[in-house]
Amino acid sequence: MFNFSLKQLSGLLSAKKISSIELTGEFLKRLKTLNPGYNAFITINEETSLVQARAADAMIAAGQAHPLTGIPVAQKDIFCTKGWRTTCGSKMLSNFISPYDADVVERFNTVGAVNIGKTNMDEFAMGSSNETSFYGPVKNPWDITAVPGGSSGGSACAVAARMTPAATGTDTGGSIRQPAALCGISGIKPTYGLVSRYGMIAFASSLDQGGPMAKSAEDLALMLNVMAGFDVRDSTSLQREPEDYTRDLEKPLAGLRIGLPKEYFVKEINDDVARAVEAAIAEYRKLGATTVEVSLPATKLSVPVYYVLAPAEASSNLSRFDGVRYGYRAPDYIDLSDMYRKTRAQGFGAEVKRRILIGTYVLSHGYYDAYYIQAQKLRRLIAQDFIEAFKQCDIIMGPTSPTVAFDLGEKSSDPVQMYLSDAYTIAVNLAGLPGMSIPVGFGNKNRPVGLHLIGNYFAEAQMLNVAHQYQEATDWHVRMPVQLQT
Amino acid sequence: MSLSLDDVKRVANLAQVEVSEDEAHTALTQLSDIFSLIQQMQAVNTSTIKPMSHAQDVMQRLRPDLVTEIDQRKLFQSIAPKVEAGLYLVPKVIE
Repeated sequence: MFNFSLKQLSGLLSAKKISSIELTGEFLKRLKTLNPGYNAFITINEETSLVQARAADAMIAAGQAHPLTGIPVAQKDIFCTKGWRTTCGSKMLSNFISPYDADVVERFNTVGAVNIGKTNMDEFAMGSSNETSFYGPVKNPWDITAVPGGSSGGSACAVAARMTPAATGTDTGGSIRQPAALCGISGIKPTYGLVSRYGMIAFASSLDQGGPMAKSAEDLALMLNVMAGFDVRDSTSLQREPEDYTRDLEKPLAGLRIGLPKEYFVKEINDDVARAVEAAIAEYRKLGATTVEVSLPATKLSVPVYYVLAPAEASSNLSRFDGVRYGYRAPDYIDLSDMYRKTRAQGFGAEVKRRILIGTYVLSHGYYDAYYIQAQKLRRLIAQDFIEAFKQCDIIMGPTSPTVAFDLGEKSSDPVQMYLSDAYTIAVNLAGLPGMSIPVGFGNKNRPVGLHLIGNYFAEAQMLNVAHQYQEATDWHVRMPVQLQT
Repeated sequence: MSLSLDDVKRVANLAQVEVSEDEAHTALTQLSDIFSLIQQMQAVNTSTIKPMSHAQDVMQRLRPDLVTEIDQRKLFQSIAPKVEAGLYLVPKVIE
């Protein structure tokens, strides 16, 4: 049952073969057994989860079931959840009980999904390995000596270890796709503006986007149907007609034009990853797709541009954490300014402080044009590359990450090496495009490899179709670590 | 461009983050590495390009100038570090 799709679980619930109380209980039992070894969850709240499950059973009994009614979903601890501790992976919010729900949480509540717990993450979503969490690193279920990726590492691990059928994540520079790739699951970052940022604790507002993480593209489509939609409370939320993201899943792929950026298949990509990605592309050719080489020349500037824009926005967003109205406050201080400075020095971890310092610097007097404005101009060049490429193809493919999961501790002392591991995913956030990762095999040390799918603006339904057709023909997405099979 | 220890301390001061002498030295090394990465941006001539602040070129939505929030002072103050008589307490600023 732990390996069942959302559709299968939903079928069991609506046929009354299992109740949401039983289903939630089973997943909670598994979660409580496994979590101590993986550290995927920061907070669980069994009683609240079971109250939600009971309410879901009542909805089903009353014939008001939605496809996700009664299904456990884990929430990344970046989403404010009323009555739940919401830490964002930080000591700064270690005592923060959210007084309100994020839009995403509200949407899951409305359809009667069950919140099974809050997942671990890099502090304030700043990291690619989940090692910056104040609550300790998450372990990769495929190999506990490896990182799960980040920042949504807890969600990726929880889905990969089947502690939850699905989870939410957020993606500012690859934080859904990279951990999905490293943990062998599926994840999609929608077009910027599709999922509301209301109640999603801000890192870099012009790049942050929530999205689902699950075993398969079909599951992602059902999750995205709940998560996406206009929200007046988010000033960048896009006003569009609601879509059914499952509508194109069964479309055949004959005639699909896949763009392969020549800049993505270079020496930086490890052989094991290249082999798995090329095998996946060969599978797509068998499914009727054709490939064409495209070029994204500005892509090499993505990492430097990102590490100006994201820290700049973060330094501004994180100025709200001052120890006055909520969150951590330093125990000893001599005056107001000392209180701010000590609270922030003690409440933030090293990576967060590093990015606040970079951001403050690039926004400071005399450097604004040279750094911030220059980065915004290059951002346009990066986006234009994609627009040009999509004249020749329907979807772009490449590796999600240049390597399989690296070892815990391997890159944690070298920020620049860590930043470079996100080279492929970052450009997609800068352009505001939808991006996705699906498992396509295993590389060194039998660690998973992810295929990166990049779609045009609002092409989510098509991307899910492209991923689903591959998953119909292969079985990578249903594989799970041997020690976790029951 | 090279950063100095004074730059690090000045920026930490602007960001309201206390840093020890040791932390400032570590930050200097790491920030210098990051800035040499960022420096790659300067090689591109962008004089004719318009800065892009958001992915979609949409207009900021306007809303009627009406009060929409309800009073939740009690709830909000229940999670504050220090409150008294409905006020948030901070160290004395004016003698």
